[in-house]
Amino acid sequence: MTAAQAALVSCPTCRLVSRVPHRWIKGHATCLRCGAKLSLRKPNSLARTWALIVAAYILYIPANVYPVMTVISFGNGEPDTILSGVQSLIASGWWPLAVLVFFASIIVPLIKLVGLTYLVASVQYRWHWHPKQRTILYRITEAVGRWSMIDIFMITILVALVRLEAIATVEPGAGATSFAAVVVLTMFAAVSFDPRLMWDVVDQQHDQRA
Amino acid sequence: MNRSSNLTVIACQDCDLLHRQRLLCDGQRATCSRCGAVLYRKKRNSLDHALVFSLTALIFFLMANVFPFMTFKYEGRVQESVLFSGVHELFVQDMWAVAILVLLVSVIIPLLKILGMLYVLVPLKLNRPPWYAARIFRIVEALHPWAMVDVYMLGVIVAMVKLSDFSTIVPGAALYSFAALLIAMAAAGAALNPHDVWERLDVVARGRRQ
Repeated sequence: MTAAQAALVSCPTCRLVSRVPHRWIKGHATCLRCGAKLSLRKPNSLARTWALIVAAYILYIPANVYPVMTVISFGNGEPDTILSGVQSLIASGWWPLAVLVFFASIIVPLIKLVGLTYLVASVQYRWHWHPKQRTILYRITEAVGRWSMIDIFMITILVALVRLEAIATVEPGAGATSFAAVVVLTMFAAVSFDPRLMWDVVDQQHDQRA
Repeated sequence: MNRSSNLTVIACQDCDLLHRQRLLCDGQRATCSRCGAVLYRKKRNSLDHALVFSLTALIFFLMANVFPFMTFKYEGRVQESVLFSGVHELFVQDMWAVAILVLLVSVIIPLLKILGMLYVLVPLKLNRPPWYAARIFRIVEALHPWAMVDVYMLGVIVAMVKLSDFSTIVPGAALYSFAALLIAMAAAGAALNPHDVWERLDVVARGRRQ
């Protein structure tokens, strides 16, 4: 039996389980122990997550097309995109690091975007298969998201270090802002999605059969 | 609402299935029987260990922000930087959105997290209920994925590798402090069992009322 079926609500922060109040006024029930707002499911989960994902998809294009930084040495500038940054790591022979950056800045944002789209669609269209696997996918997207920030931090450090006016400088590029926005938007999208909705679909089907 | 009867059940955060809470031995954890999410765990001296590591983290945080971070040597020129210079340089180059983001996730949020933990854990150690403890600890919990000290460290490593091809990088005392900060924060996070904090807050508050 789920908490919702038992007319119980679990605090999202301290996990204290309380009885659902008789007259539920939306947004007005708070946890007795920690004061967090209580709701059976995250509010407007689907709409919020869709909005954040769509915004992230749009920004994903400039994030990969525009250069994230330009290394200028002796007047010659070489713009670097996210992908060319990985290529230059491979070219200089740092294989393990190249693989790491490739995963963090190319695979992880893609997994997050495609994975979250799949998860939200699965609730929207009431698919009922493999809820456990989908829950694991959700936990992965939630956990790996922050690691995409590696590239943004690398740029921050290069910009701070390489400031020898005529000899060598590093300039941040427009792509960096879009890329950072993609990371932040997908992190918020993962937080706003409620995995319990996937199980609600399964539970309702069971109820109908019974 | 009768809390003592409610304390014995817990709802899975990922699929909402209700479980009866059982006593665990040290180091054990209970997982959801349907989706496999961790429901709760038992750790030995969770609050004491977290308190010690948080204090350690605070010391290393201060060191990481005061001492020189890295020195860049190229063609006989030397450029020194501190942790903050990356953010400063991004501001100067009109990348204020990225600058604010980096400042938040690498400096402000880790500091807030450490201070918040100490604010709750020190009074609990002295058997006093801290003011607004629940609200503060709720914020600390919410900030968790946004404290990106660990990701920042990987960004530092990638930046150093990128520069090592054509210049010399000398790590400063702040860089070592930053690495130690990362370890201390990870240790505090691993040691802390949020469940223990909520229970302890309950016990201390009840003791005061009587």
